[in-house]
Amino acid sequence: MERATPSPWSARFRSFTARLSSEKSTRENASFVLLAVLLLLVFPLGLDVFRLNLVGKYLTYAFVALGLVLCWGYGGILSLGQGVFFGLGGYCMAMFLKLEASDPKSTAIQSTPGIPDFMDWNQLKELPAFWVPFESLPFTLLAVLVVPGLLALVVGLAMFKRRVGGVYFAIITQAIASILSILIIGRQGYTGGVNGITDLKTLLGWDIRTDEAKVILYYVNAVLLLGAVLLGLSLIRSKLGRLLVALRDKEERVLFTGYDVASLKTFVFVLAAMLSAVGGAMFTLQVGFMSPSFVGIVPSIEMVICAAVGGRSSLFGAIYGSLLVNFGKTYFSESFPELWLFVIGFLFIAVVMVFPNGLAGLDLMKMRSFIESKLRRFQKPSVGLSIPKPAPSRPGVTAAPRSNG
Amino acid sequence: MDLSIWAMQAFNGLSTFCVLLLMALGLAIIFGQMGVINMAHGEFLTIGAYTTFLLSQAGSVLGDWFQTWYFPVAIVVSFVLAGAVGWLVERFMVRHLYRRPLDTLLATWGLSLVMQQAFRSGFGAREVSATLPDWLMGSLKPTATIDIPINGLFMMALTAALTGLVVFGLTSTRFGVWVRATVQNRAMASAAGINTRKVDELTFAIGCGLAGVAGAAFTTIGSTGPTSGSLYIVDTFLVVVFGGAERLIGTILSAFSIAQTQAATEFFMTGSMAKVLTLSTIIVILMLRPQGLFSIKVRR
Repeated sequence: MERATPSPWSARFRSFTARLSSEKSTRENASFVLLAVLLLLVFPLGLDVFRLNLVGKYLTYAFVALGLVLCWGYGGILSLGQGVFFGLGGYCMAMFLKLEASDPKSTAIQSTPGIPDFMDWNQLKELPAFWVPFESLPFTLLAVLVVPGLLALVVGLAMFKRRVGGVYFAIITQAIASILSILIIGRQGYTGGVNGITDLKTLLGWDIRTDEAKVILYYVNAVLLLGAVLLGLSLIRSKLGRLLVALRDKEERVLFTGYDVASLKTFVFVLAAMLSAVGGAMFTLQVGFMSPSFVGIVPSIEMVICAAVGGRSSLFGAIYGSLLVNFGKTYFSESFPELWLFVIGFLFIAVVMVFPNGLAGLDLMKMRSFIESKLRRFQKPSVGLSIPKPAPSRPGVTAAPRSNG
Repeated sequence: MDLSIWAMQAFNGLSTFCVLLLMALGLAIIFGQMGVINMAHGEFLTIGAYTTFLLSQAGSVLGDWFQTWYFPVAIVVSFVLAGAVGWLVERFMVRHLYRRPLDTLLATWGLSLVMQQAFRSGFGAREVSATLPDWLMGSLKPTATIDIPINGLFMMALTAALTGLVVFGLTSTRFGVWVRATVQNRAMASAAGINTRKVDELTFAIGCGLAGVAGAAFTTIGSTGPTSGSLYIVDTFLVVVFGGAERLIGTILSAFSIAQTQAATEFFMTGSMAKVLTLSTIIVILMLRPQGLFSIKVRR
């Protein structure tokens, strides 16, 4: 059997993959373009408004996963309370929208018109003081970032200055998630209780429930997400990003070199919190409500699994992971509700034990030789045997065409 | 204020204390001694609780004597069953993750989800209650207004006995010496001829077994559902962390103070607000004093 020259398609594929695997920045740029095309063209053109809105909802979790990649994958800080920040961002937005929806005219049947309906049900006579500033949109937009940011700053400084990290930090953030969800459920008159803040209608008079508004909000969300990815990319390419990786791997060495490790960790934790909050606010806008079921322990840890499935240190992985996990959740909850916990449970175990780098960690080189062999077989089935580069020969792959030819 | 109200309130606090301490004992051993986070700990409690429930139903087949005395049997069976599952988990999962504590946390969380769903498929989503034997029913009335239920007293006695046993085991038996030596300096312990792998394996199994016993005790004061155990997991972790993870006395005291704070504040406000207040206090204290109430200095 004669040696076959590589076919043009596989040659082109190889040179492309070679560049991809040798230059990290090329790879990242290509991934970014791919992601942008997917989010801005493929999804909006390929999906109806209902499905697009659903994808938009999944993408709001991707903000949280992005934050987790930065703070967990790069910084080594596992927070199990990201739902807190997602929720705070979402609630800030929801408070504004709720106040707009409860103008005196449309709430005329209440015993106290002009306040949100759940307050009226709980016999509140006037708007609580902390609700009043949320009548202004600029304040709300600021609060979406500042409120979660401040909380993360306080928690981060308190913990990291005392060099608390690792599992202790994880447990304490989890307890904070638990506290906030109990608080929201318990103070029904102020927060809407277990139902959350519902019946959101308009944003400065613009109806957010129409199909057109949903498409526009999807685009706003997608652009913000792409912006967040760019922010993350520039962060991890900077010196700060290297420092983060260094302190993840050998915290003491970074400390002894003279860097302020605590401030560095606090910074990335605050950044992650703010990203989550943006996700939360976009969630409220696109889905039209906010409830404590996105704040507590379970949603917080589900967001960790999104980041872990995508690859804990891959910004792009975080987005695909969020899409995949949440699509899976919707699919299973609709079709086999009793299987969903099994699926996500085993996913947790597998992602830790079998493929700790998630989707992004699937070996590019292995995939490359696999795809190459497929391409070659596809074009020249009879002579597609010889492999010009020294690659580990796979008996299963080479044996099949031999029996054919 | 009436003294009897205080007494009853303190007794409520003691019941919470028992649940927390029983769960924290196993967790303190696993987390404190091995540094491993077992998020599925609550599910081992549920294993014990369902075992006890099944055995309480078996009385109708095996006769009245069993119905009366099933409880001691249930404690032993719960310990063995939960311990065996724990042993398997250590063997096939946790062992491979000792160097990655955060990953252990995620993997055991996944395990807890799987176990919860398995309970739900096996026993149904509805909560079940074990039929209590006659000698656990009723209550003591030292005065006309104070009413102390016997199952609560029994639970306290069991907690005291179990805590004593664990303390005795850790301080005065050869195995306890091995465990402590492994915790303090693994390499040295291993050089001194201690099989540290075996110690890890057994410590984990015993910790899970203790959770099983906690589950058996749990059935005397409450009903069991698929998620009963996970309700307590965060509180229990806070108990262990607050107490200072390496000292058992810290665990006992922190369980006591948390339970009593909770019970006392519940008197003045709604249950959920009391819980928020208690948990926030713990977190603030932990931020100021991250090592917890008690800690030992260990050179690592």
